[in-house]
Amino acid sequence: MSYIIDRRLNGKKKSTVNRQRFLRRYKAHIKKAVGEAMNSRSITDMDKGEKISIPSRDLNEPLFSHGRGGHMEQVLPGNKEFITGDRIPRPGQGAGQGGAGGGASDSGEGIDEFVFQISQEEFLDFMFEGLELPNMVKRKLAGNESFQVVRAGICNEGSPGRLNVVRSMRAANARRIALSGGKRRNIKVLEQELELEESKDQALKDQRKVDELRLRIEELRGRVNRIPFLDDFDLKYNLLIKQPRPRSKAVMFCLMDVSGSMNQATKDMAKRFFLLLYLFLQRSYEYTEVVFIRHHTSAKEVDEQEFFYSRETGGTIVSSALKMMRDIMRERYPASEWNIYGAQASDGDNWNDDSSTCHKILIDDIMPHVQYYSYVEITPRDHQALWDEYQSVAMAFPEHFAMEQIIDVKDIYPVFRQLFSQKVVA
Amino acid sequence: MLDTAINNKQPISTTSEWTFELVQEYDREIALLAKEFGLDTYPNQIEIICSEQMMDAYSSVGMPVGYNHWSFGKQFISVENNYQRGRMGLAYEIVINSNPCIAYLMEENTMTMQALVIAHACYGHNSFFKGNYLFRTWTDASSIIDYLLFAKNYIARCEERHGVDEVESLLDSCHALMNYGVDRYKRPYPISAHEEERRQKEREEYRQRQLNDLWRTIPRPGGGEEQAKTHRFPEEPQENLLYFIEKNAPLLENWQRELVRIVRKMAQYFYPQRQTQVMNEGWATFWHYTLLNELYLRGKVTDGFMLEFLQSHTSVIYQPPYDSPYYNGINPYALGFNIFTDLRRICENPTEEDRAWFPDIAGSNWKETLQFAMRDFKDESFILQFLSPKVMRDMKLFCISDDDREKEILVNAIHNEDGYRELRAKLAGQYNLGNREPNIQVYSVNTRGDRSMTLHHTQHQRRPLGKETTEVLKHLHRLWGFNVHLHSLNGDEITASYHCPEMGRDRTEDEESMLVPKPI
Repeated sequence: MSYIIDRRLNGKKKSTVNRQRFLRRYKAHIKKAVGEAMNSRSITDMDKGEKISIPSRDLNEPLFSHGRGGHMEQVLPGNKEFITGDRIPRPGQGAGQGGAGGGASDSGEGIDEFVFQISQEEFLDFMFEGLELPNMVKRKLAGNESFQVVRAGICNEGSPGRLNVVRSMRAANARRIALSGGKRRNIKVLEQELELEESKDQALKDQRKVDELRLRIEELRGRVNRIPFLDDFDLKYNLLIKQPRPRSKAVMFCLMDVSGSMNQATKDMAKRFFLLLYLFLQRSYEYTEVVFIRHHTSAKEVDEQEFFYSRETGGTIVSSALKMMRDIMRERYPASEWNIYGAQASDGDNWNDDSSTCHKILIDDIMPHVQYYSYVEITPRDHQALWDEYQSVAMAFPEHFAMEQIIDVKDIYPVFRQLFSQKVVA
Repeated sequence: MLDTAINNKQPISTTSEWTFELVQEYDREIALLAKEFGLDTYPNQIEIICSEQMMDAYSSVGMPVGYNHWSFGKQFISVENNYQRGRMGLAYEIVINSNPCIAYLMEENTMTMQALVIAHACYGHNSFFKGNYLFRTWTDASSIIDYLLFAKNYIARCEERHGVDEVESLLDSCHALMNYGVDRYKRPYPISAHEEERRQKEREEYRQRQLNDLWRTIPRPGGGEEQAKTHRFPEEPQENLLYFIEKNAPLLENWQRELVRIVRKMAQYFYPQRQTQVMNEGWATFWHYTLLNELYLRGKVTDGFMLEFLQSHTSVIYQPPYDSPYYNGINPYALGFNIFTDLRRICENPTEEDRAWFPDIAGSNWKETLQFAMRDFKDESFILQFLSPKVMRDMKLFCISDDDREKEILVNAIHNEDGYRELRAKLAGQYNLGNREPNIQVYSVNTRGDRSMTLHHTQHQRRPLGKETTEVLKHLHRLWGFNVHLHSLNGDEITASYHCPEMGRDRTEDEESMLVPKPI
């Protein structure tokens, strides 16, 4: 007798836990590969999955086995030319008798790298592992809120599907007890009387009274029984209510210097940095908007394409971009509703007396409203006035302002990690 | 005796699409035939699964439940990789030695393949599991699934209590010694989940008492000290390293001992399979061939069915010659199938040669002889007993001797009159697990001094230990908790010694923390 069972609909992901264990164990390898990938990838596929390869010697599970040497005897199939007593020159090291006894080749397999694919999700997990958005405050979104259905106790009305059986039965029981209490008490009293009457001597017994008592008891019992077992108003229903769920949203301002001193390579680096930040914000907030502002002597809000690809030249006035950011913030992104993040990339050049203006705008108008402002200076040269001014901003808002220098593409990811690494709470 | 269904020459199916009704019908027909041929089986549970589930099953050594460990994840990832790139097809079936016997069928297979798998797994392997003496004595088919569940839950609880890393590193160490967690000669008690749980508590207490006794450092009154010096511990060398550790390792906590035990029990469960590969696959292949041919003879299947079946069958039993790029050792399906097929021939049409070589079985009842061969042997003894000269000739077997003291490799036997016996003995030796795995045993433990453990490797034909030996010793050291020494002996002479921690230098702090389990 055989049973035939269709298991195709059962869970398929039985090995997920083991897979995760594996990834966990080789975290260091994977992180390294992810870091390298970040530096070598083109910007458009920054957030794809990644092929990870791990040297197989690191994966090996060692076992006791025989090594080479000693006296080995082996039976092989497919003899064509040999007869007993033939002598054959030993084939070169490693070739030939690979499968000696079956045991030797189990672990080696001759594969140098164990290569596998991780998904986009996993890739991003590794990319942003250990990072956190500083000062993340969930601010409420006015209008188009999302709702969440939650249980909110018991109510007397509802659809049959939500009937709470236990509570209904309990209510019915309580009602039955309450409604029949007096009658049952009476029955008890009458029964006692009846007993008394019946226990009397035959001569003293009042048969009429006995009959009467019996009748009344019978009547009361009937009334108790007529109380319905379950009544309409016993029914209790699970109450589900819709709760507005505060949806957090963030806006990210990308500020970039596009003046003559910024060449394509520098801009490319800036772009990678912005992209990382964008991906990171997207993971932390359900809704993210990006505002692109580029500037030379004057600032302009542009779309993504123009932000990264159009060419401009000219001098540099950084404060123009900051002013624009300030204005846009006031107009469109009130800090009470939005989590505001600022990221600025520049090569550090600025019109000399403009740097103090920047300082003032940041301190007075921008920093009080943003969650975080990060500044990266992409230059191999010495810092200029802007850097110094920004450093004093950093002093004033140590929690909300961060700045780093990037020299090479290789620095971007490490710098990014540094800016957002989890701060240990003191 | 044959009922009307068999006389009715209508094929069961004519297309390659399978349905549940057809699977059921094939199973019924094959079951009837199997009964006629005298196959005794556990009840079958046939489960249809998809390829992803097959990959899951693959990576957990075919078991339906298993504890979590990264190595299974690695297995899964590599299977998935190879499969997705089309480098590898999945096995058509996996069958589990349990009662009822669970067989997995892949939904992608055609009807022919499903029938082949049913014959192969549900009646071939199944009857082998039920009949072969190794499986009968070493495993308890009715309780394995329960035990796996117990193990999975227990290990999950340990992970909760002691952390995933602790458990993982301990399991790593146990896995490294898994092949040495088997009693080769002692007959074990079959495992049962129920029993395990009931006894677990009791065992914990008992163990601690035992240990304390062994490691007692206070001198016993009445010259106990003197006596102890002359006593070696263990009194006899121990081959079951994991068992020895479970019972005697000084620093392990109780839950750690339990884990060692679980791995040991798993090793024990798979031990018969490792020893009967040729027989098991040969038996199953022989029977799917025989059963499906019989179906064809009775008109139950079409010519197209047979062609597809034979195409698949011949590729399963193909043996590439030694110099082929596809050569990867002797194909156990081919060897086993050839021996069983030839055995039937010897019974039914014996030649003069057969009468000389197999006087007892030439001309006997083939069903009984095959049953006997299946029941009471393992690969090694099976080959030694039943490999006939004809099979050796057909497979063109030859034996080479590769001695590192000689310059050249010597061909010492081929498939001719002089070589048959030697060839057969050599091939049988090749399937002796003792020859395939180094023979390593616990030789002594310094119970009075530094508590170090000494192991001896007894060389087989002067073969040395492999490169990974020191790595394995590290794992052994983690379990034992004190120094571990391994001597490789050729006769009485020590040719190589391995130590963990390595002798002659102090350990760095890092190594120290990696090697020594945390104190209790």
